[in-house]
Amino acid sequence: MDLKIGPDEATDAERQAVDDLIGAHGGATIANGERLVLGGVRRAAERRHLLLPGLHALQRSRGFISAGGLNHLCESLGVPPADAYGVASFYDLFSVEEAPDTVVRVCDDIACRINGHDAIEAALGDAGLADTSRLDSPCLGLCDFGGAAVVQRVGTDLRGVRVVAGPAEPVIESHLPSGPRLLRRIVGSDVASLDAYLDAGGYRALRSAVELGADAVIDAVSAAGLRGRGGAAFPTGVKWRAVADQTGPTKHVIANADESEPGTFKDRVLMENDPFALVEALTVAGLATGSTNGWIYVRGEYPVAVDRLRAAIAEARAADLLGTDVLGAGIVFDIDLRVGAGAYICGEETALFNSIEGFRGEPRQKPPFPTTHGLFGQPTAINNVETLVNVLDIVTDGVEVYRELGTADSPGTRLFCLSGAVARPGLYEHPMGVTLRQVLGAAGGLVDRREMRATLLGGAAGVFVDATSLDVPLTFEDTRAAGITLGSGVVMAFDETHDLRDTAARIAEFFRHESCGQCVPCRVGTQRQHELLAHTFGSGSFDAELFDDLAAVMKDASICGLGHTAASAIGSAVRLGLLT
Amino acid sequence: MSMVEPGVAAVDLTVDGIAVQVNAGETILDACSRAGIDTPTLCYGETVTPVNACRVCVVEVEGSGPLVPSCSRGAEAGMVVSTRTGRVDRSRRMVLELLASSVDLEWADDALRGWIERYGADTRRFPHGETATVAQDPKIHDNLYVRDYSRCILCYKCVEACGEDAQNTFAIAVSGRGFAAQISTEFDTRLDESACVYCGNCIAVCPTGALTGLIEFDLRTAGDWRPEEQTSTQTVCSYCGVGCNLELHVQDQRIVKVTSPMDHDVTLGNLCVKGRFGWQYLGNEIGRKR
Repeated sequence: MDLKIGPDEATDAERQAVDDLIGAHGGATIANGERLVLGGVRRAAERRHLLLPGLHALQRSRGFISAGGLNHLCESLGVPPADAYGVASFYDLFSVEEAPDTVVRVCDDIACRINGHDAIEAALGDAGLADTSRLDSPCLGLCDFGGAAVVQRVGTDLRGVRVVAGPAEPVIESHLPSGPRLLRRIVGSDVASLDAYLDAGGYRALRSAVELGADAVIDAVSAAGLRGRGGAAFPTGVKWRAVADQTGPTKHVIANADESEPGTFKDRVLMENDPFALVEALTVAGLATGSTNGWIYVRGEYPVAVDRLRAAIAEARAADLLGTDVLGAGIVFDIDLRVGAGAYICGEETALFNSIEGFRGEPRQKPPFPTTHGLFGQPTAINNVETLVNVLDIVTDGVEVYRELGTADSPGTRLFCLSGAVARPGLYEHPMGVTLRQVLGAAGGLVDRREMRATLLGGAAGVFVDATSLDVPLTFEDTRAAGITLGSGVVMAFDETHDLRDTAARIAEFFRHESCGQCVPCRVGTQRQHELLAHTFGSGSFDAELFDDLAAVMKDASICGLGHTAASAIGSAVRLGLLT
Repeated sequence: MSMVEPGVAAVDLTVDGIAVQVNAGETILDACSRAGIDTPTLCYGETVTPVNACRVCVVEVEGSGPLVPSCSRGAEAGMVVSTRTGRVDRSRRMVLELLASSVDLEWADDALRGWIERYGADTRRFPHGETATVAQDPKIHDNLYVRDYSRCILCYKCVEACGEDAQNTFAIAVSGRGFAAQISTEFDTRLDESACVYCGNCIAVCPTGALTGLIEFDLRTAGDWRPEEQTSTQTVCSYCGVGCNLELHVQDQRIVKVTSPMDHDVTLGNLCVKGRFGWQYLGNEIGRKR
């Protein structure tokens, strides 16, 4: 490949931003002549993963990605400009056109819509941002607040603005007979420093794991019956065993922290308040699977989590809890933090790999599966943040204690993200098997003691339920039998005052906006679904046959889970008669 | 269809109840072909890596939840494949309806129109005026190429041909996201300012007429493109020693398009700018008199 770079030149600041980033990852840029010598092409391929951080650097430096800046980045990394432009234009948080120095992205998604925009407008005014350029944003994962925005400003990292709508801060509570588990270091304490984390029992799990050995750790995770908390509920032990059995020299473990499912904020709360727990849990995963490379991929809209994780990784490294001799036990393991740039689809595991690798966040066809062909085509175990944090308790306290809560088929506890019309929004830990009635009750019921009309379980990719589902035990097996889903733990309540047609249309708009565009069923299907819902409410007629056909082709023929679930919540609302 | 190769492991599976044997490494699509089943494909091309994006070739595989793209899924021993179920028919019909509602398919090859008929796809199902399309003006910036993305189904074949599968030029990629995704150069710059080398290998693989040579585009626009009257003459390119086969497509005594056979062992359908576009001297009257 011979790169052709256009005539546009980078500014000094753009050049510096790119050079600093690449310099920090070791070694010089790829000199032009180097591509011609042996190894040049391979070196270019090896550095492509710096494209996403490089685009972040350019966006931060000038407020948009200019032709000159992109040229310099492409020349430095050996990436064709058309390819890099395709990547840059994929993400919401990158602008490929000249943009104002400050842009405020205000959450316009389902939970924030029903809370109204007044509170966030006032907060933006208080922050001196009343007259800045505005963009609507998909869910920012701050649904426990009354309104939310993120601020992009030239020269600085992304910053969040949060508004508390109600009288109190969002709730973080454990409702377990034996005291908090997943939230044990969060409820009523502060473990932002490594010392505090160690004092709170931190790194006991990793020490136990070293003593137990990899096989026994995986056996414990399997025996504990741990299943994925990101939505797919895949058995974690099976996944880890599959990666451990791979013999390749390079394997990866990834924490999927791209939490973007509307209504979901559990992983954000965990990462912001207990960052070392994720670092430790990922290290245990690395030990168990024989992987030396750890990655945390956090969504770009989580600036606080990014800061705290970055600090936690640095502190852990300085204390030899990451690096070439972890715990003095000769374990080699380190973590690279990668920040997304505004794309729900990058939470899909194979899209996430492509995103890290510097390609468009387009999902890959499975099989092959990540356990054999994951990041960089190498064996990879990728787990949700909450899933990983569960491992700490399993390893430290043992399988029996872990199984004391929950049911035989769904052991342990679960984090529920309460939002919408509940009296006390926030994050709640319950034993598996709790009912929706109990979950809503713990959150104080609905605002003003109103009647629940419907609750959205599992987010935009989940389902609406009505009062008939209030007593279904929220386990994997019971929800499956009832034809509903726990998804990512979203519990968003709606009452009689809410127009669910607006909510359904917004969900359709969300999927249209977030479809990567790769496959026809999803690219055009989500567009047509949104048009169908938007026009239905204009004309009063709903073409049910067309909706069924769209739902079927998206579910059956799309490449990935986004398309498979794009009609799920809306279909459930239709069936329950919520859209009339 | 060739027989299973000796020395290569064979894989046995059934397609629509027919026992089929394929070579290890072949796909379900290959198995369908061996069983004599015609499978619609749009993004599939024999000379490019399958991106399985169009999803019109989906089939049902026993034990698999969603349908499976036959063009890219390897055949496995014992697979039970069905191509004539209600789910398959419905998905294929819907893919065609979705494409027809958003893209101008008028210049697409005949096979596509045949499939629209076979699957009973209603191309007017989505009400005009309320339905977004990819309609836009054609990009005509030089006297060789036209890029008319109102006819583009985003099959990625041109990107693959421009990139690793053939030319290694990487002048174009998919940009944007979702329904707004589009084939583009960096910042949508003109082709003559991009890395494009005008090999035309993207035109060769385009299934819908979104990429054409200017002569073909002008004739089609004027309603004067008459493939049934065209003759095709095979010759060897006269420029260098590689020995690329050329097919000269002639209408009304005039060369209107140059291609190379997709199964030619030197070119695999690919040419360079000279072979594909550098034939104007043939019409040079002075040269002919000499």
